[in-house]
Amino acid sequence: MAGIDIEGLATVYPNGVRAVDGLDLHVADGEFFALLGPSGCGKTTLLRTIAGLESATEGKVRIDAADVTRTEPGKRGVAMVFQDYALFPHMSVSENITYPLKVRRVSAATRAETAERTAGELSLDGLLERKPAQLSGGQQQRVALARAIASRGKVLLLDEPLSNLDARLRLEARTFLKKLQRDLGITTVFVTHDQAEALALADRIAVMESGKLRQLGSPREVFARPANTFVANFIGSTPMNLLPGTVSSTSGSDTYVDEVGVVSVAGGSLSAATFSAPAGAEVTVGVRPEYLTLASGDVSGPSLRGQVVVAENLGTQSLVSVDCDGTLIGVTVPEENEPEPGTTVVLTAPASRVLLYDRESGELLARQPATVA
Amino acid sequence: MTTASPPAPADPVQGRGPADGGGRAGARGPARDVAGLGVGRALGFVAPALLLIGAFLVFPAIWTIYIGLTNYRLTGVEAVSPSMVGLSNYTKALNDALFHNALWLTLLFVLGSAIIGQNILGFTLAWVMRRTRPAVRRTVEAFVLLAWILPSTVVAYLWVAFFDRDGGTLNNILGTPGTAWLIDYPMACLVFFNTWRGTAFSMMLYSSALQAVPPSQLESARMVGASGWQTLRDVVFPHIRGHVLTNTLLISLWTANDFSPFLLTKGGPNHESETVPVYIYNVALQGGELGYSSAISFLLLIANLLVSLIYLRLLRRRS
Repeated sequence: MAGIDIEGLATVYPNGVRAVDGLDLHVADGEFFALLGPSGCGKTTLLRTIAGLESATEGKVRIDAADVTRTEPGKRGVAMVFQDYALFPHMSVSENITYPLKVRRVSAATRAETAERTAGELSLDGLLERKPAQLSGGQQQRVALARAIASRGKVLLLDEPLSNLDARLRLEARTFLKKLQRDLGITTVFVTHDQAEALALADRIAVMESGKLRQLGSPREVFARPANTFVANFIGSTPMNLLPGTVSSTSGSDTYVDEVGVVSVAGGSLSAATFSAPAGAEVTVGVRPEYLTLASGDVSGPSLRGQVVVAENLGTQSLVSVDCDGTLIGVTVPEENEPEPGTTVVLTAPASRVLLYDRESGELLARQPATVA
Repeated sequence: MTTASPPAPADPVQGRGPADGGGRAGARGPARDVAGLGVGRALGFVAPALLLIGAFLVFPAIWTIYIGLTNYRLTGVEAVSPSMVGLSNYTKALNDALFHNALWLTLLFVLGSAIIGQNILGFTLAWVMRRTRPAVRRTVEAFVLLAWILPSTVVAYLWVAFFDRDGGTLNNILGTPGTAWLIDYPMACLVFFNTWRGTAFSMMLYSSALQAVPPSQLESARMVGASGWQTLRDVVFPHIRGHVLTNTLLISLWTANDFSPFLLTKGGPNHESETVPVYIYNVALQGGELGYSSAISFLLLIANLLVSLIYLRLLRRRS
């Protein structure tokens, strides 16, 4: 078991594209780590660079403190599961699982025993003699995982592990994968473009864009406090409301809001906490639909007022779009509280859930660690 | 072609109409004549091609079988009035030491230049070219293809010049003036020549076959530390086994029937490079024994069929 250290890593393709652009990252021993981002953000290239399938142009990759930047993939102690599983079609399940051992000339008896044991761990009993084509998608994935585990790597790399499964199977496989990783305690890095998958599986998530790291944090941090508008947009199954606003009053020191202030936005106002921006500053106000509360009567304190435009049923919740002074704002409500389109409603949010971003840079205006009075 | 839609069972009277085309009623009418030409005109269009094939392929083949049963000669009494001799040409071939020699040399020629030479060189080129820059790959491919598409006579002239005893290129390169390669080592020269000549086909076939190997499987092998040979054995060959068989079948047959050895050595010296096609030519046109050479041609045809059957069986067993 081992951690991964990445220092100033850059992978540049011959055509000049900097797929990974000066990245620093530490993955702790035993951690389940997600590389998340839209397609073309460099997450797969980063994974392949850790694997050794792409060679780093600059920087270093260390696994278990050993520099492996120029080491052959087979000698890094890394196992990888490919998106299409890459099972060998002419080999049985058992031969597929033990192929890493065959390459190392391990005896047939030991191989059979390993196949038996690994298949047991991954609920593949009774399938050892089958060919990959005779297996379901979920079973094929588990064979690929079994092969990776049987190679006894220090690090497990998964490229889009769930994307080739259908929607229902994906949820099952997700639970299975998380439990397996917990049981084995093996350092695991996986690539995904699906934010829900990353939130559900990972201990920590690295959100990437154009080869650069945009935020690194636990699923809770990344969801509740996106570090910039890119992450805010990308994370969450219902998109975060990002609205232009102005800081109207501060209740902290004279110029900088320290605790709770008010921003005027979309014809109304919201209270916001823990940010640092002078009164009058132009900001982007971010608030998740899940954190907004919808009421029909008058409320005291800062609020937004508008008319319901449409309501979309999401199962146990509905996503209601409210027109506030020409701006559409999404808010989720429990299924039984769905308002009729056309009704006038009032929206409020707890100050701690209202995030302010710099209008220019899109970076979160977080509270300064120690404000000088 | 009958139409795929089943006739409507609810209304059998309309379902059998001529426009429907399906069912038993479709055996006549539109089902047989999809183009709507009529049999007469259709035959009219096909006839010229059939006549050419009949005159230049089917008739000579049957003619060869026929004269193989006679004592037909190029000159003399039997040229005018050949007589049937039954199977005596075939029994003669079975006891003909020169024919045995030709068979053996053909086997060597096929084994050395096709099964080993072209196959291995073609695969190696395809495997190596896979990762080179496109410019390099295209250049190499162009040169290899050139060897394949040049006319035999041109190529033969170039190789005679290459192997020539006096001032030949090979003697100049090796610094061995006066070595008569085509006389001292005729079969080795032919194997070398034919490997060079025919590798293009194997290279192209293997190039496209290798693209059918999923890159992720090659990378999987790389990830577990498989060596180059292990990757070839465990990942690449199982994917292209069918291509290897097909390629080997085609190049074996082409090589066995190839006549260009005659252009280099004329079968000599002293029958040392006389493969079966060359022997057939020498028997027919130098010896004048047309009947006997036809019988040997027919034997070569049978041998080709046998080899094809073996390959086809291997192919079928795999799938």
